[in-house]
Amino acid sequence: MDILQIVGLGLAVTFLALILKEKNQVFALLVSLVAGIFILLMMVDQIRLVMDMLKNMAQNAHLNNMYVATILKIIGIAYISEFGAQIAKDAGQGSMAGKIELAGKLIILVMAIPILTAIVDTIMNLMPQIGGG
Amino acid sequence: MSLDVNTIFQIAGIGIIVAMIQTVLKQMGKDDWAQWVTLIGFIVILYMAATLIDDLFEKIRQVFLYM
Repeated sequence: MDILQIVGLGLAVTFLALILKEKNQVFALLVSLVAGIFILLMMVDQIRLVMDMLKNMAQNAHLNNMYVATILKIIGIAYISEFGAQIAKDAGQGSMAGKIELAGKLIILVMAIPILTAIVDTIMNLMPQIGGG
Repeated sequence: MSLDVNTIFQIAGIGIIVAMIQTVLKQMGKDDWAQWVTLIGFIVILYMAATLIDDLFEKIRQVFLYM
């Protein structure tokens, strides 16, 4: 999809939501939600290209597959939690947005545990043995 | 995948029509009917939005959890 189409769609939806807002708040929110979903659906194809490039690069560099998969998952979680949090913020539910973001951060932290462990192991192997002689 | 932008305008149209019906029904003094109309319109739109969200999540899962 072209960028012009996306910007035009966004502007049209903005004014539609403005009209709907004074009649019915919920419908305005749903319209903007659906527009957001559409824009993301258009963008998923582009993201897929970038991800394919990253996967190819990782394979050429003989990286461990597990780490690359973890990083891709983390990027996906970041995108999704940002999307949800913004929708909740749009609806005026700031605290719910905060909780979604908190959950996203925590899950990212948990997924990063294997990588952190690997880093700590590597550093411990690099260091001279302490007290071991 | 059906990337149909018409859905957005459909939803906006449903919203406007439901608001108009609501106003008319309220002027006729049928407040409970107006409430039902709003609720049903909301459910229909929510169903459409849920279908789209399912589509989006499935695609994101394909892209990011491929490995």
